[in-house]
Amino acid sequence: MKLKQAFTKISLKLILTVGVVTIGIISVYSFLSIQAQRNELLSQAEIYANKLSETIRNSTHLSMLENRSDQTHNIINTIAQEPGLQEIRIFNKEGRIIFSSQKEFIGEMVDQKAEACYACHTANEPLERLPMEDRMRIYDSAQDSSRILGIINPIYNEQSCWEADCHVHPAEQKVLGVLDVKLSLKDVDAQIVSSEFRSIVFAVIAIALLSLIIGIFVRKWIEKPVNELVNATEQVGTGNLNYVIKDLGSDELGLLGKSFNNMTQKLADARLQLFQSDKMASMGRLAAGVAHEINNPLTAVLTYSSFLLKRVNNPEIEEDLKVIVRETKRSREIVKSLLDFARQSVPKKSNANINEIISNAVAVVDNQLSMKHIKLDKNLEENIPLFKIDSNQMQQVFINLLVNASDAVQERSGAISVASRIISLTPYGTLQIKNAVCSKRHSLMNEEMKIDGKPSIKLKLVQNGKEGFVNLDPTYGKNRDKYGIEIKSSEQLQISCPKCNISVVDKDSSCPKCKSAVYTFEVPPRGIFEGCINPQCDWQRWSFVDEAGVRDYVEIKISDNGSGIEKEDLPRIFEPFYSTKGQKGTGLGLAVIWGIIDNHDGTINVESEIGKGTTFTILLPISQSA
Amino acid sequence: MTKDEKILVIDDEQVILNAVSRIATAEGLNVDSDNDAASALKKLSHKEYSLILCDIMMPQMDGFIFLDEMQKRKILTPVIMITGYSTVENAVKSLYKGAIDFVPKPFTFEELNSAISRGIKFYRVQKGIEDAKFRNDKTSILYVPGPPKYKRLGNLSWMNLQSEGIAVIGATDLFLETIEKLVNIELMEIDAEIIQGDSCANLVTDDELIHRLLSPVGGRIIERNEKIFKDINLLEKDPYFAGWIYKVIPSNMEYDLKYLVPFASDRM
Repeated sequence: MKLKQAFTKISLKLILTVGVVTIGIISVYSFLSIQAQRNELLSQAEIYANKLSETIRNSTHLSMLENRSDQTHNIINTIAQEPGLQEIRIFNKEGRIIFSSQKEFIGEMVDQKAEACYACHTANEPLERLPMEDRMRIYDSAQDSSRILGIINPIYNEQSCWEADCHVHPAEQKVLGVLDVKLSLKDVDAQIVSSEFRSIVFAVIAIALLSLIIGIFVRKWIEKPVNELVNATEQVGTGNLNYVIKDLGSDELGLLGKSFNNMTQKLADARLQLFQSDKMASMGRLAAGVAHEINNPLTAVLTYSSFLLKRVNNPEIEEDLKVIVRETKRSREIVKSLLDFARQSVPKKSNANINEIISNAVAVVDNQLSMKHIKLDKNLEENIPLFKIDSNQMQQVFINLLVNASDAVQERSGAISVASRIISLTPYGTLQIKNAVCSKRHSLMNEEMKIDGKPSIKLKLVQNGKEGFVNLDPTYGKNRDKYGIEIKSSEQLQISCPKCNISVVDKDSSCPKCKSAVYTFEVPPRGIFEGCINPQCDWQRWSFVDEAGVRDYVEIKISDNGSGIEKEDLPRIFEPFYSTKGQKGTGLGLAVIWGIIDNHDGTINVESEIGKGTTFTILLPISQSA
Repeated sequence: MTKDEKILVIDDEQVILNAVSRIATAEGLNVDSDNDAASALKKLSHKEYSLILCDIMMPQMDGFIFLDEMQKRKILTPVIMITGYSTVENAVKSLYKGAIDFVPKPFTFEELNSAISRGIKFYRVQKGIEDAKFRNDKTSILYVPGPPKYKRLGNLSWMNLQSEGIAVIGATDLFLETIEKLVNIELMEIDAEIIQGDSCANLVTDDELIHRLLSPVGGRIIERNEKIFKDINLLEKDPYFAGWIYKVIPSNMEYDLKYLVPFASDRM
């Protein structure tokens, strides 16, 4: 089973295939190389033998002419001293050996069937002319295992021969005899064997090394990334969408890893949003249920107290009843605001003094703070103009934040500070687009993809047949856009409304920074918004708010020196039902606060350090119109 | 209010029944109560009431089924819904289904009182129409319906969509007939956002009651009729034209239109 599993592995298959092919190629190469070397060595031996044979013939020529056989013997014997020379012999036309370096053979007849004679006497008829290559033959010697290279050199009749004094050879005779030189191939064979051995060793080492290298790289480039991908897929399969594949390089598998990460990121985002909207829906149901339950007892309290207030004549009791009626009315506003948040409806705004609201909120929690001996610093800038806010909701925001702060600090050593001041900010980087429409008046706002908690602006992108979407950051100048497809240049790029496909590209202009295409849409009632589609470029223009210039904001900071919030909790604290207080809280407080501030076109941010404290910063625009 | 007016209160919460009964009795009304809509329907078959106050969210038979049943049995007694904030949409829906008004819970003594007062008046106007029909008297006009292309929220407020996408809103003549003489009107600021079915103006009458006018559409107020501050009677004199109250940019017209009734359908 394990073996079968091992054979199904892609890396093993790859290694085996490449290995077999490599072994084949190296084997063939080695074989050919050995062949070539063998031939080369043999041909060298042949050339040597040939030259030797010629030398012998030439040097014996004279003594032959003079018919001095002893001298011929001497020459042959001298040359035969040469190492590796097996035998030199000359036999006449009949095949009788007339000279030989080994004297015992002189006078013997050569067997024409023997290997040495075979070349000429195949057809029992001696040849007169023999091509060079056929004069050679290699055969195994009878004495030992070494091979022998024999070369025959026919001695042809020449004028000088038949005119010689001895008159041995008649003029019509063509071949006078044959010089046969036998060279032992012992050395050459040894060389061939050793070079064969070298080649085989080289081939084996090369195959082993290549296999090793292929193995290592297959492991590094294929097996590891593939294992990582398989592992990641399993992780995602079990629901762990936070699993991130570490960098797998820039090859195809690396790109696969990156797009896998991108996919899980998208999945995680989608799941979070689903989760979030699920939470919101269940919160809405819960709030509706709670409101219905709490409304009945509140109705009884409010009707009876207001009825009594109408009828009572005692001024002291009247004052007390007024408090009951007022506070019950406030309770109903709180219940209503909770529902307003669940339904995302609009606040009831009227001109109000923010400092007064802060002071009222402080007065509510003051008692609780002094009981715990927590110090409270109030540093409110005077002369903040009145501006439109829902006093009830805003008071609820401050009470909530102050109660949170008092829960976070230590008794006695705890300190909370509240500060308000006017600051001027440019719309760039602060102002949020809350409504965007294409030229056919379709809304481009996308509630599903939120950037920094705010609904994004969704546009459709089409390039080279590829289709995707971009979710633009609704905060002017922040550019935390989320691109669904990769765009390299804005050439042949269509940008359009996802609903009606009408183009949102401004054909008459291009980005002043990078010359890419410019998208444009209306932000009713705040004019036209333009931006560069290039993900690397941050150019945006919102003339309407730019012309309005800097805006005045009230900045309210509520700080404490309490326990702080864990860094990983920070991004989630404004989510509904997210609570660090365990059983103590519902987890709705900050979500409601966020909703209220958002409904006032404001922003709320939090900074926190463990053990040092937390600061909530609220920015509320004073001028509403821009 | 006259002593012999009889009203019926339906709510599944005893404490609400007690509270409403207490107030209505103190105002000199004859109060019957029931904590179940089905048994209240039985009461209606052999007793006549001037007004019914009914909760929407109730176990078994809810307020909507109750309204449907009333229509089926051709009982014309005016119904005011009393409902929690969680169901403003439901309240608007109940107006569409034939309720004449609604009071969101929790309410004060004054809020309930002004609603009951309007309900009783409504009953009388209704009676007057029936009597006139009975006598075949076509000359007596008890209230003026709005122009046919106007649309109304229940019988309380009207809305006219102008060509530029702006909605003009005002109070219906029938609503103004159910309140005493106007002495003051409190309006919301320009740029304020209003919601369909939520209060958009307070009408103060000479009997010291404050009547909330429920907005027929949701949106942002862009203009108020400042003339009615100078002459409050403009409202009653010409409720559909010179007596308009707000001009609004509707925020969700399509949705709001679902529960509005064209005046044209009243003339058939």
